[in-house]
Amino acid sequence: MNLKDFKLESQREYWAKALVELGRKRKDIVVLSADLSSSVKTSLFAKDFPERHFNVGIAEQNMMSIAAGLAACGKTAFASTFAAFGTGRVYDQIRQSIAYPKLNVKIIATHAGITVGGDGATHQIVEDLALMRALPNMTVIVPADAPETYRAIKAVADYIGPVYVRMGRANIPTITNSKGKFKIGKATVLRDGDDVSLIGTGIMVSRCLLAAEELKKHKISARVIDLSTIKPIDTKTIVKAARETGGVVTAEEHSSIVGMGSAVAMCLVENAHVPMKRVGIPDVFGQSGDSDELMETYGLTAENIIEAAHDVLGRKGR
Amino acid sequence: MAVYDKRLISKLERKANLIRQHVVRMIYLAGSGHPGGSLSAVEVIVALYFHVMNIDPKKPDWPNRDRFILSKGHGCPTWYATLAEKGYIPVEELDTLRKLGSRLQGHPDMRACPGVEASTGSEGQGLSMGVGMALAARLDRKLYHVYVMIGDGELDCGQTWEAAMAASHFHVDNLTAIVDRNMLQLDGPTAHIMSVEPLADKWKAFGWHVTEIDGHNFKEILRALEKSKDVKGRPNLIIAHTVKGKGVSYMEGAVSFHGKAPNKEEYEQAMEELGGKP
Repeated sequence: MNLKDFKLESQREYWAKALVELGRKRKDIVVLSADLSSSVKTSLFAKDFPERHFNVGIAEQNMMSIAAGLAACGKTAFASTFAAFGTGRVYDQIRQSIAYPKLNVKIIATHAGITVGGDGATHQIVEDLALMRALPNMTVIVPADAPETYRAIKAVADYIGPVYVRMGRANIPTITNSKGKFKIGKATVLRDGDDVSLIGTGIMVSRCLLAAEELKKHKISARVIDLSTIKPIDTKTIVKAARETGGVVTAEEHSSIVGMGSAVAMCLVENAHVPMKRVGIPDVFGQSGDSDELMETYGLTAENIIEAAHDVLGRKGR
Repeated sequence: MAVYDKRLISKLERKANLIRQHVVRMIYLAGSGHPGGSLSAVEVIVALYFHVMNIDPKKPDWPNRDRFILSKGHGCPTWYATLAEKGYIPVEELDTLRKLGSRLQGHPDMRACPGVEASTGSEGQGLSMGVGMALAARLDRKLYHVYVMIGDGELDCGQTWEAAMAASHFHVDNLTAIVDRNMLQLDGPTAHIMSVEPLADKWKAFGWHVTEIDGHNFKEILRALEKSKDVKGRPNLIIAHTVKGKGVSYMEGAVSFHGKAPNKEEYEQAMEELGGKP
């Protein structure tokens, strides 16, 4: 099994599909864009429901606070832009206008991480999870593939309160299906195993599955967990996996010092002391390049996960 | 031109004076706060709550109510005192301003205090929220009007102008913004810190209907607020020329009282000037 065996699909298309379906059913759904509606696919909602779509131009601060005003009057507001502009650029607006008053605003961010590719570091945000995790009242979701994105958006629409959903630009391997309900705060065990746990989020879940397949050839049984909700974190599933397998590897397309891996580390340090290794982007900015090249350059491949698993296995029981 | 009943005007003037006494007392008891920008905003907020807005203090969540946002959140003692006088919260609760566990946070918390429509404090965000509320009214075919008071310091914020453009672009006409033009901000006169003039021309160029008034004269305030409801197809701006620290001699026009509580002597003098009991 390798990357080529997977069907590649667009998270953005599935998010837009879910949004349009929601828009048809629910009049309370409104959508805000900031001159990127064709890139983040809110243009599809705008086509069907022009009166409920507000394009504010390149004014993300305004977009977030207008979304807050709409939500304060009973609307379920989806504000969508690139992750770099939907978090860092508007942190204070999210903090004061949305998170503090716990308003029903969903920040749907695309183009997160280095897989943005050619646009380079300005557009490749690698610290957005840190920013959103830090906010009280904020729920943080990173779907693993396109179908899970679809299910997550439906769940997010039903949940009342602020949510951040992170997805990438690239088409990514489909590893789940569109059936069943997405449960916010619940991690999914995609593959059972006893020797080591591979906890992935976003695009890295597919790499964890590849790594597990490869480890199997060496008689190592790896559990693979899709940690799609980063906050609130599923402590139960993580601790259970750590206790039963005795070692944990995390994998994320995000800065490894402030993202999902550090959230898991905090969870383990308080609950289950097992060897752990984080696979993620080192503490550097990205650069232009092809997304696959960038994934290799910054150590985000199945091979990197396998290496980390061996490191953890070597430290087990010491 | 509307003619206002003398009794109405004197009732509002008495209310304004009472609210000034509350404000000075609240900030004195809290030991911190922003008296200058609270006192400059009194008449406009009193006019809104005691004559203009369609509200029901017994039903603070009534969906058809008019909305008021104090974008310059540091002026909240005036908002809280007005809400108390209007019956949203007990008047005695005003003494808890800025105290641990109080519903009267140092800057407004919409989840804590009934009648507070938006959480503000970090400057420049309230007008955008007001645009969102006004758009929601349009979508729901509701007739409520949204009022946003912004400080003249907030005119430095880029987001204020983003909101100004958006309100005009979306033809939001159920929105009235009032600039509390008291000419001072934390570091000094607005003209020294960041030039914002010609202010009326700027807003007109952004597509707004603009009125300039004396922000301490109830007749002018009422006339401008009521006229703003008749403007169709574009948002309204009222530039209310005010005096920072209005009503307390040593606070009037004093930058030093932007964000400082009066001491005991100053408090007693202020209450005497306002005709209240310390």
